[in-house]
Amino acid sequence: MAEIQIKNVAKRFGSYQALHDINLTIADQEFMVLLGASGCGKSTLLRIIAGLETATTGEVWIGGRRVDHLSPKDRGIAMVFQNYAVFPHLTVFENIGFGLRMQKLPDAEVRRRVERTAGLMHIDQLLKRYSGELSGGQRQRVAVARALAMEPDVILMDEPLSNLDALLRLEMRAELKGVLAESNTTAIYVTHDQVEAMSLADRISVMHEGRIVQAATPVEVYRNPAERFVAGFIGNPPMNFLPANRLEGGRWQVAGQTYNGPATANGAVEFAIRPEDITPSDSGLPAKVRLVEPLGAHLLVTCDVDGSMFRAILESDLNVKAGDMLALAPQTDRIRWFDPQTSLAVA
Amino acid sequence: MTASATDIIETPADTRKSGQFLYKASVVFLCAWVIVPLYFLLINTLSSPEAVNAFPKSFIPEFDLGSLAFFANFAGILTALKNSVLVAALTMVMSIAIGAPAGYALSRFEFPGKGLFRLLILLTRAFPLPLLALPLAVMFIRTGPDDTAFGLALVHTTLAIPFAVLITFSLFSGIPIELEEAAWTLGCTRFTAFTKVVFPLILPGITASAIFAFVISWNEVFAAAVLTIENRTLTAFLLQNLDTSPLHLKFAGGFILIVPALIFIFAVRKYLFAMWGIANR
Repeated sequence: MAEIQIKNVAKRFGSYQALHDINLTIADQEFMVLLGASGCGKSTLLRIIAGLETATTGEVWIGGRRVDHLSPKDRGIAMVFQNYAVFPHLTVFENIGFGLRMQKLPDAEVRRRVERTAGLMHIDQLLKRYSGELSGGQRQRVAVARALAMEPDVILMDEPLSNLDALLRLEMRAELKGVLAESNTTAIYVTHDQVEAMSLADRISVMHEGRIVQAATPVEVYRNPAERFVAGFIGNPPMNFLPANRLEGGRWQVAGQTYNGPATANGAVEFAIRPEDITPSDSGLPAKVRLVEPLGAHLLVTCDVDGSMFRAILESDLNVKAGDMLALAPQTDRIRWFDPQTSLAVA
Repeated sequence: MTASATDIIETPADTRKSGQFLYKASVVFLCAWVIVPLYFLLINTLSSPEAVNAFPKSFIPEFDLGSLAFFANFAGILTALKNSVLVAALTMVMSIAIGAPAGYALSRFEFPGKGLFRLLILLTRAFPLPLLALPLAVMFIRTGPDDTAFGLALVHTTLAIPFAVLITFSLFSGIPIELEEAAWTLGCTRFTAFTKVVFPLILPGITASAIFAFVISWNEVFAAAVLTIENRTLTAFLLQNLDTSPLHLKFAGGFILIVPALIFIFAVRKYLFAMWGIANR
């Protein structure tokens, strides 16, 4: 049982406020991904949970125990680092067994656990090697095996796949998900890669400028961004935004077209739609095509709608070229609205 | 047509060739600058006392151990040699014991005045030793450690610490902090992470740094001559007897002084480069 609670955690580096009043609860055995651009504070938050950094204020609880005054070794955590941090002077076997040796476990138990986790990570052939004789992917496997061998309550991962090449990353991602699901540990995973976040997470915490702007399931984050920042960050390409003018009875005019929107909103709102939720039709947003990028399965079409950039992912057999005029109809149940003042979603 | 053109205009190939010549000539000159005196020293050390004093000189050593044997039997030499080793060993231990933690602190922690501290470490070398040696001698006589190996080792440690700090600083900086952090998360305290992870990794470098401290003490003559009387180190002893001793003794003494220093420095050369931030090759 290792639920993690982060209560009012803030971190200052001198005059720089890296984290503002973070509150987050991560359920037992949940896979939580901290997602954000570099400098958003996600690694700092992870390091505070690990005990490698101390919070300026606030509390960290793991498994019902307050741990923010404890050193990393007493928190029941294991961590996987971005640059693997495999000890170069020890063999793979001794690397994986390092934490177990520190716990003074008997040799037989160390051997059993090392062999089991090495088997899980498919590195049982490499146990006698040194880190200098391993590829990046193999080192990453050693680092994960070393963390798993500790049988920790919580496993913390700081961009563990970002130093791997694209193909290997894909392979390791799938493997990590399987291995971690079986290990029944709570996992916190830091990444800037939203595809990684989507594919791994039970829940994603999107971070921006030292705050958690949304913590929800991947589908929820994708479909119902809580803030304009999330809408503009998640998705490749992200959501399109257009200004909307108020009409009667919760109807809003967007680029000459009328759509049903929030009735309660005061003043102005922004209309938002994902590029893949758009189809060309007879009537819709008038769009002047600027650029057509064939992506194989789809066409990424960049247009000009009402003076704003607007991107649509359309069927690849559509015959369209730069300079054409299109009428783009949004799928009405996928339209989202944001208050430009607060940047929050309004419904 | 083409022939005359190449006659007049110096082609890039020619420039490269003359540049190469200059480069090679400089290398040969610098090597000769260092090696020729050492070679003469070697010849004279390995010649019989008679040959050393004879003229003209041979350029081929005789491999006669007469001079060395005479040197070894010279009264007080072995004591001086023993003192030198003792002082150098003490210097080695003390400069690492003090310098390595300072190097670790410099590489791992941010603290106000860090840049100034690094500068001050180097500035200790800016004080000419003769300026310090007399007050030190007076102070040592008053407080007790005068004419002891320990007292002299203290002075040599002061000389060696800047290098110990800078070398270990660059060694520690070369070890990613993540390795230590990984060790902390795997059940280590700061201390056990150091002993189990950092120390094995920097051991070769620490050894090099220790040897360098040894050599600094081994070579030092001024403080040794001022601060010791009975317990002279080899350098001070030779300096004292230089005028009065025969030529072959001087050569043999010089040879015994230089050889360990040369061997040690050669062994640790890549770590000395590391001290100045040049990549190890």
